Order: sequence, then C-alpha cells, then structure tokens
Amino acid sequence: MSATHPEKVPLPARIRLRRSSDTPFVAAAVFVGLVVTMPLMALVWLALSGTSENWAHLAGTILPEASWTTLLLMAGIAVTAGSMGVVTAWLVATFEFPGRRVFSWALVLPLAVPTYIAAYCFVEFLHFAGPVQGTIRALFGYQTSREYWFPDIRSLWGAVLILSSVLYPYVFLTVRMVFLMQGRKAGDVARTLGASQASIFLRILLPLARPAIAIGVTLALMEAVNDIGAVEFLGVRTLTFAVYSTWLNRGDLYGATQIALLMLVVIVFLVAVERFARRRQRFTLGRADRPVPGSERLGGGKAALAWLACLMPILLGFGIPFAVLADYAVERLDQLADPQLWRALEHTVVLAGTTGLVTIVASFFLAYGVRLTGSRRLILLTRFAVLGYAVPGTVLAIGILIPLAGFDNWVDAHMRATFNVSTGLLLSGSGFAIVYACFVRFMAMGHGSLESGFGKVSPHLDMAARTLGRTPGATMIEVLLPLMRPALLTAFLIVFVDATKELSATILLRPFDFETLATFVYQQTSRSAFEEGAVAALLIVLVGMLPVAILNRSILAETARS
Amino acid sequence: MRPFSPRNLAAGFAASLSTLALAGTTTAANAADVNIYTSRQPELIQPLLDAFTEETGLTTATIFIDKGLEERIAAEGANSPADLIMTVDIGRLDAAKQAGVVQPVENDTLEANIPENFRDGEKEWFALTARGRVVYASKDRVDVDQISYEDLADPKWKGRLCTRSGQHQYNIALIAAYIAHYGEDAARDWVEGLRDNLARRPEGGDRDQAKAIFAGECDIAIGNTYYVGKMATNEKEPEQKEWADAIKVIMPTFDNGLTHVNISGVSLAKNAPHKDNAVKLMEFLSSDEAQKIYAELNYEYPVEPGIETSELVKSFGELKPDTISLDEIARHRAEASRIVDEIGYDNGPQS
Repeated sequence: MSATHPEKVPLPARIRLRRSSDTPFVAAAVFVGLVVTMPLMALVWLALSGTSENWAHLAGTILPEASWTTLLLMAGIAVTAGSMGVVTAWLVATFEFPGRRVFSWALVLPLAVPTYIAAYCFVEFLHFAGPVQGTIRALFGYQTSREYWFPDIRSLWGAVLILSSVLYPYVFLTVRMVFLMQGRKAGDVARTLGASQASIFLRILLPLARPAIAIGVTLALMEAVNDIGAVEFLGVRTLTFAVYSTWLNRGDLYGATQIALLMLVVIVFLVAVERFARRRQRFTLGRADRPVPGSERLGGGKAALAWLACLMPILLGFGIPFAVLADYAVERLDQLADPQLWRALEHTVVLAGTTGLVTIVASFFLAYGVRLTGSRRLILLTRFAVLGYAVPGTVLAIGILIPLAGFDNWVDAHMRATFNVSTGLLLSGSGFAIVYACFVRFMAMGHGSLESGFGKVSPHLDMAARTLGRTPGATMIEVLLPLMRPALLTAFLIVFVDATKELSATILLRPFDFETLATFVYQQTSRSAFEEGAVAALLIVLVGMLPVAILNRSILAETARS
Repeated sequence: MRPFSPRNLAAGFAASLSTLALAGTTTAANAADVNIYTSRQPELIQPLLDAFTEETGLTTATIFIDKGLEERIAAEGANSPADLIMTVDIGRLDAAKQAGVVQPVENDTLEANIPENFRDGEKEWFALTARGRVVYASKDRVDVDQISYEDLADPKWKGRLCTRSGQHQYNIALIAAYIAHYGEDAARDWVEGLRDNLARRPEGGDRDQAKAIFAGECDIAIGNTYYVGKMATNEKEPEQKEWADAIKVIMPTFDNGLTHVNISGVSLAKNAPHKDNAVKLMEFLSSDEAQKIYAELNYEYPVEPGIETSELVKSFGELKPDTISLDEIARHRAEASRIVDEIGYDNGPQS
C-alpha cells in the first residue's frame, strides 16, 4: 500500500506533507472522511434544493414546543444516563464488594436492548393490565384506573427513564476505562494526602473523566435525538417526530430535512461548547498504563448500597425488557421452527459483522491520518464524519439512497450506451447500501473508541519507530495495531451491537425478501402485534449479549494481566 | 489467538463482503415474476400472494417499506425493480401518485370489480379493501348506540375520549374527510372540541385505546374496525379478548349518514419491469377469490360488492361507506396535519 504515486493524489494544500510516505494514509483518511460525509452532503443539498412552505406554520406551532421537549429530553438523559454510568463505573472500578465481578459485565447488558423494544416492554410492564398495577389493584381492591394514581410512563419523564436505562452503558464503558487506567494512581496519591473516597471522586476522578463522560453522554444524546420508535410510542413530540410528520403527512421532504439538519447544528454547537470549555486541559498519559481495578473493600451497609446502585440500572435496562419478552416468547416457541427467523438471524449477524469490520478499518485510517498529520482540516472532516448518528435513521437512508441510486443509474446509462449491457442497480437496494448506512450511522462509536485508544498510545512510540527507519505502514502494523488491539475490539463490538439493533435505515434500503431480526420485530409491532415479535426481539438481545460478554472478558483479561 | 492480526482482519473483511455481494446478486437475480414494494405487512398479504402463485405459477417477491417508499422508487428511477406498490391509507396511495412513481392502468376487469369511488379517476390507484374509522365505546358506561362524528366534540364527552396521535395517518385522513364535508374552519373547531374531550394525551395505537376503555381511563375512543376483530380472536393473548369484550363498535356518521372509510390499495409502478404479470396480480387481487381471503383474513371490508364480510365483522353492524371522493380527502391531508399542530391536539386536554 505504501508504493503509490503521491503526486497523483490531490490533497488540500494544508495537509500536504513533509514525508511522501505518509501520503497514502492521509489519502485513505480523506477518502474515508468523504465517503462518510457524502450522505450528509446529499441531505444538505436536498434541504437547500427546495423551499418549504411549512416553515411559517412550523415556527408558529410545533417547533418551539418540540425544541423545548427535545432539549428537556436531552437534559434529562444527560443527567440520568450520565449519573447512572458514572456512579456505577466508579463503584466497580474503585471498590471491592460482593457481586462486583458480575456487575462489571452485567452493567453493559442494557446496550443489547434496542430503545423501541425497551419502550414497548416498559409500557407492557407498567400499564393497567401489567403485573405492577395488577398487584396494586389486588392489594387495595381497586377496580379501575380512576381510583388510584399511578405515574404515566408514557410521558417525557418516562422517556428519559427508559432511554437512560438502555443508553447509560455508553457512559459506563468510556468512564470505567478512565477510572481503571488513570483513576487508581491519582486516587492513590490523593489518599496518601489524606483525602476521603468521596472527595477523591468529586475533586479528582470526575474532572479526570470529563472527556470520557462527554463522549459517552454525546453518544447517548445522539441516539436519543435520532430515535423515533420509542418517542412516538411514548407520545413524546420531539423534533424527530416533527421531521416525520412534516415529511409524511405534509409531503414536505425538504422541510423535514431542514429540521433534521437544524437538530444537527444544535448538537454540533453543544459538543463545540463542551470542547471549548476544556480547551486548555490536557488529558494524555505519560505512558500506556494497564487498567487496575480498585480493591478498597466495602462492608456492611455501604456494600449493600453499592450493590443496590449497580443492580437498579441492570434491572431497569435489561431485567424488565428481558422478563417481558421472555414472558411472550415462551408462548411462541413454535416460531423457532420458522426458517425465516433463522435467515433473519443470519442476515443480522452478517450485516452487523460486516458493518463492524468496515467501521473499524475506516475509523482506524481516519484516526491514523489525523495522528500522522495533525491537520486541522482533517480533524474538521472527522468531526463531520461522526455526525451521521444524530440524523433520524430513515432521513439518513434517503441521503444514502439518492447518491447511490444516482450512481447506479449513471453507470447503467453509460454501460448501455457503450456496451449495450444494462448493469441495473448495482449498489442501491443491496446489502452494500445497508452496510454503508450502518457504517455512516455508527462511525461515531467506532471513531470514539479508536480516538481514545490512540490517545492512550504515546506519540513517542510512533516517533521512535519512524526514527528507527519504519515507514508509516510498518509503524502501523508492527507498533500501533498490536497496541490498539483492545480499542479495535471495543470499537468492533460496540458497532456490532448497534448494527444488530439497527432498524430504520435497513428497512428502507434492503433488497427483496431480506429480513433482519429488527425488521422482523418491526413488522409485528407496526400492526400492533408486538407480542408476535417477542421471539425475534429476544434473539436481538441475545445476539447483542454475545459481544458484550466478549467485550468484558477482554477488558477483564487486560486487567488481570497487569 | 490474535483475533485482530492484520491477516485475520483482511480475511474476515473479504469473507463478509463477498457474502453480502452474493446476497445482493442472488436477490437481484431471484427478483420474482412480480416484485412488490409494500407498506402493508407481508404477513397480511402473503396468503393472497400464495393463492396467486398457485393459480398462475407466477412467483412474487416483496419488500416491506413503510417510510420513504415513494422516495426509494423515485431514486431508483428507470432501473427500479418494483412492479407493484401496495399501501394502506389513501394518503400513501396519493403520495405515490403525486411523486410520479406510478402509471395508469386501463383494465376492464379492475373496473368491473372495483366500484368507482374506490378507484382513482386517473386510474393510477385501485382500492382493494376498506376499513371503517369508527367509535369504540364502553359497553358499561356508554348508553348510546348512534353517534355522529360531530357529536364526538360535544362537551358531554369531556374527559372521556381516547385516541392515538392526531398525526397518525388514519386520524389525518379522518380530519381531512371532515374538512371535505364541512370546510376548514368547522374542522378546526371540531379538532379543538375533540382535544378538550380527551381523557389523556394521545398515545399508543388503536388497540391501546380499547385497552384504555377496558382499564376505565376513558369511555369512548376512535379506532379502525379490524383491530376489534383481531383482539376478539387473539388466542395467544387472551387478555385482548377482554379488551374487545369491554367495548362495542358504533358506526359514527357524517351529515349524509355515512361512515368514513380508509382503504388499502395497489398501484402499478411507473417503470414496472414485469408489467403484464403485475396487472395479472392486480386483477387477481380484485377477484372474488382474493376478496374473500381479504375479508376472512384481516377483518377488513372487501371493496368488491357482493362479497360478504366475516361473521365477526357483521356483528359490528352495517358499514355504510362515505361516498365522498378519496381523492378529495387526500387533497386535504396537509391541511389536516397543520390543524392538528395548530390546535396542539397531541398535547392533550388543556385544562
């Protein structure tokens, strides 16, 4: 890969290089960046190409309210998912208490539960005829719901609780790593100076983990903002809801795209503000530390409290959905004999696996390009590249469909004219389009993991390798890839889990008779028969659990090795 | 083991890509004698497609797409593999027509089988089934057996009405029909009246409204006919039978004494590669045989006159479908959607 013709690769002036051997890698980074941003560009083009007559209406009616709802939802999730993730990460990373080992992997399990499935399950669990209210009525002898007060889970705060319960693992995963790798030493120093664990947490660990918290919370917020399945079911009118009603009910795709892009601008702004606020802080390590789990033993009441604090998020984010799904599934085990279900499982695994691989390879080149050059333009491109996750999935899929189908038709017309053969639709309406969509959507996860992974590898190592005469390619293979293995694995597994759950882009872009587990579930829920999809939903959760288990084994193995 | 050695990575990458490419090409090659893009769940049409294949030997392939169906066909352009578009809701049929992704069909069989008000004047879509948008009322707490759509906004129902989101396509079509009958201003007042009668914020699907009546949260709700049939016969979730048992179906009416119906229908795609086969399937779907399957399968109303509904559907009482043109209803959808926003219907009762 290193022997190419650098002069043939056009590069923006600012990232022209001192060493030509870097060029292929920078070119790869630019290529990846452009491929990932293309759907967004298509959406920008779409938004600009038509004027929407709905803006006056939107601005006067739902936009203020929807924006407020969306902001409240984001704030609620930032606080709830953030504290769930940080507190549990602190507990399992700093202390030793009964069940800590189990919690340290079980806390990731809710990641395997798609938001829309969590919403259905919570409502099933808490509605009038569900087990909770049923018990209340049996205890107090009520007959109808008018005789007692019960909190309505179908509300903004219900949505905050439900979404936080399945999204906090993003925060947990990123923050725990920081606590394990850096927290111990800083904590030990503070302890010898006489600080209490509480003040270490507040004054040292929290500030230390700030970038990690920001990354985790941003991921959670982006997923919350692009979600339509859960919020629609819960009756929470977010901006995404306005995107869909503008598009589908008022036949105004332009206006819908404009709102979607407006949401992006808000997210970009929030992320920029957070980055700006800590612009003078540096969080790098002198050398690559091994993660070390904490060993301060908790006893009695404190241990019980820690145990409860770790159990609650798992019960909410995993326990309730799993119980509800399992309850429906046992009635429908005959579905396991349906070959369609197994084909859907196969499609899901192949898609998720391919997406995972494509995403980590691409993220690696993008991050490596930035590492090699430090180019501001490339960094800017990278910031745009990860935005796909904040766009509502179906809208993003439109941004992929239009350029891909356009390309296919162009190739077809060309081939017809030249060779009199029709190539038809090569890329759109195939597995390629779905992988492309998932790759663009989940680039944020892949890139986040790799960026923080690179952050832990001192640049001195690259410099040493290059001084010893290694090319960028050789440095990558001999030095960086081995060191980056945990980060690569983490990135792959998180993208895999997310791709397993992906629904909205898959459903629009797939070929004939192509079902994944998620589309299988959606078919049932969209005709109000969620329970018929329970077996498939359970399979999604089980497929998602496998990577979660591997993820934890590898992190624990790292821990044990030190 | 080193799962992420460069060699393993490359091998895994290649393997996955080739699997996918394979999946892509085989699917394209297998694209059947008739290719269908459908926003109806395949499960609901598969028995009909199977019957078609049995009768004609022609195979079918489907993709279930609910949002963006027209955009996909438009983007695929001349190379689109789609032959037929099957959708529910007049709004989606009309959207496909407006997007220019369908073509007219001149066909005597279709015109003989499907009454005029159930097909497009420009022959670009044909209805296959109808469903009434009716009132579910509590058997215990509601005495009346007759009601008009207008009545639903009467303050006597204050705090007693439940519906799903006003932006849902079924409610949008109902409000659009109301505009078609009484004009925009009247419709605005009506939606406002409905909002003030709500017992709670609109949420869930139609079945959830029946459930809410069962739970005592409200006394009346707006829903489609076929959900009642599905709940009443749900063997796997017998609790749904209790919901269906808690309600009675009332056929609400406009001034003309007729009830709002929505449709599911079919259109021929503009660049259908298998046009002749596709038209054969359209004919089949409008035939006695297919219409009977529809009626029994999904508790919908066949559009072909003379085909009987299922016993259960008969028990709802006679449905007299509104004769106002579906085209006109479709034209008022954007207006209906705006009214819902302006009134703040989905925010629930304002008190």
